[in-house]
Amino acid sequence: MARSSPASRPANARQDSPRSSGGASLTREQKLELYYYMRLTRSLEERLVNLYRQTKVVGGLFRSLGQEADAVGSAYALDRSKGDVLSPLIRNLGSMLVQGAKPNEIIKQYMAKGDSPTRGRELNIHFGDLVRGFIGQISHLGDMVPVMAGVTLTFKMRSQDRVGLVYVGDGATSTGAFHEGINFAAVQRCPLVVVVENNAYAYSTPLNKQTAAKQLVDKAIGYGIAGEQADGNDVIATYEVTKRAVDRARAGGGVTLVELITYRRKGHAEHDNQSYVPPGEIDRWASENDPIDRYVKRLLNEGFDQSELAAIDARVKEEIDRATDEAEASPMPDPTDALVGIYADPPALTPLWFREGIKSAVEEHERPSSWGTNDG
Amino acid sequence: MAEVTYLEAIREALFEEMDRDKNVFCLGEDIGAYGGAFKVTEGLMAKYGEQRVIDTPISEAAIIGAAAGAAHMGMRPVCEMQFIDFISTGYDMLTNYVATARYRAMLPCPMVVRGPSGGYVRGGPFHSQNPEAAFLHTPGLKIVYPATASDAKGLLKSAIRDEDCVLYFEHKYLYRRIKEEMPSGDHLTPIGKARIAREGKDVSIITYAATVWKALEAAAQVEKEDGLSVEVVDLRTLLPMDDDAIIRTVKKTNRVLIVHEDTRTGGVAGEITARINENAFEWLDAPILRVTAADVPLPYSPPLEDYVLPQTSDIVLGLRKLAAY
Repeated sequence: MARSSPASRPANARQDSPRSSGGASLTREQKLELYYYMRLTRSLEERLVNLYRQTKVVGGLFRSLGQEADAVGSAYALDRSKGDVLSPLIRNLGSMLVQGAKPNEIIKQYMAKGDSPTRGRELNIHFGDLVRGFIGQISHLGDMVPVMAGVTLTFKMRSQDRVGLVYVGDGATSTGAFHEGINFAAVQRCPLVVVVENNAYAYSTPLNKQTAAKQLVDKAIGYGIAGEQADGNDVIATYEVTKRAVDRARAGGGVTLVELITYRRKGHAEHDNQSYVPPGEIDRWASENDPIDRYVKRLLNEGFDQSELAAIDARVKEEIDRATDEAEASPMPDPTDALVGIYADPPALTPLWFREGIKSAVEEHERPSSWGTNDG
Repeated sequence: MAEVTYLEAIREALFEEMDRDKNVFCLGEDIGAYGGAFKVTEGLMAKYGEQRVIDTPISEAAIIGAAAGAAHMGMRPVCEMQFIDFISTGYDMLTNYVATARYRAMLPCPMVVRGPSGGYVRGGPFHSQNPEAAFLHTPGLKIVYPATASDAKGLLKSAIRDEDCVLYFEHKYLYRRIKEEMPSGDHLTPIGKARIAREGKDVSIITYAATVWKALEAAAQVEKEDGLSVEVVDLRTLLPMDDDAIIRTVKKTNRVLIVHEDTRTGGVAGEITARINENAFEWLDAPILRVTAADVPLPYSPPLEDYVLPQTSDIVLGLRKLAAY
């Protein structure tokens, strides 16, 4: 549990919900679908690592290794047919895939392509689509809580049967925006689920340097809202705890804070060497508490056949291969598109005087590597 | 038709826009049952109910952030900052989230953030601020700052209908001190267009908000005492700035005094000066002068506040200096 030795989180840190039905409400197809999304998340990120090492990813690369269950299971509790909306965090690629984001969109984002969802303006999984029901985050942690309070306030004002879900990490619970947003939503009884993914580290900072609270779910008490905690590496438990919160929100019961206990096995981003992690901790989580391994074991115990899972693995690989090919063939943005769409009116800015008639800003001879050497 | 104060003009705009479009709603601290610290929103809750006139916790980041979320979903929120000084606690939401939403995520964010601004009221350092320069630097925002009652109404109605976020600063010194008859019908003042508050040919004053009135006083004085013909340009919108109107008046008078109530360093006057330099340098017959507040937090005591803020006599001095150059 989160309260145990803060510097080293034991890999058996799981909080099985006392009300878990073990997935009794899920059909066979749904259980396989959960496996598909978890596998797609992991394999897509592994593909991104390859592209990163080939220097085809322009910016940093963020992994959710070991956290696929919490993102997929929680997002799966939303009802897409009703128009539910979520706002993901950097380690919630899985939730976006559940909501309808496509692998080629993700790869194009990372490769900064001109036909990526943000036309090369934003990085990684920072993008959204109101039609499919996900709203792109910004880097300022906690800021999406007030925004999602407003989205769900609208559902309430229009008497719509819709629910919103916003992800924050253990670190974001320390921000002012988190506090203001969750308090606002609580007072307004907005149909909002706040998922706190407690993955033990915010960049390099462990939970005990983030908060003096014994556990993050306790924060719900102060806001007068429901709070529940679950094992974030158990996709079924994650689904069920979120489903209860979603049902509560849809029934007019207001905000729920859901704390999912999980563990971040990779660094903050791909460059992070994780020197701050106690020896053995990552290996223990990998060998004893991998969410996909656990789920596979569970499915096989329930009578699913290995061949069914292998077929999904093959489908995932084929989808990612196709997405990679498409992304690699995509064009980079036209530089002048940088001036388009800051406002609705005017639709584009006029180029600055030194860019008039210029299509591309960087000349061949401009080499930052030689700056400061004064040798021409 | 009866004359309407600057404050009542703002209230009229809110009523008319909430009548016109059910997606318009207001949120802020003490705006509902109490009617707002200055009673701008008085009567709104009685007419539209607490779903459309929302009393919020003391949470500027939540007010602005929630407005953004609602705006994404097709609503037209109007946020009140109880005093515009408190907009600083929503600075992150405005500059990082709201201002970038359309560009980075193709998310429309049609919303208004309004609030009582400005000094000359003995409000001290936290109830007198003019925050426009802090936001002028943020692509994606629009900024308006009306000086007259009819512009107060027309600009707020335009701001509510704009497809992007508009910061609407209202000068609390003007709330109940000026009034005029409102133009009839659906009165809209275009965003991005300056107004000639007074025609003239010898010297131009470029200004906005409360100092428009001080500029007009000074112009009348130097006309009477010195025979000078002074043009006063009321910018009305600071972002996007009406470059055409600025260049037009420079070419007409060739002498420019920029006046604003905000502090000097990094203020709007510096930006206007740079634009004139880039676009009409050869039309100038004298260096551009600035009359602004001194670079200090605005003090409370009347002798101190009066010393720091621009006064009519300071503007007169500037006009005479330019005319004699």
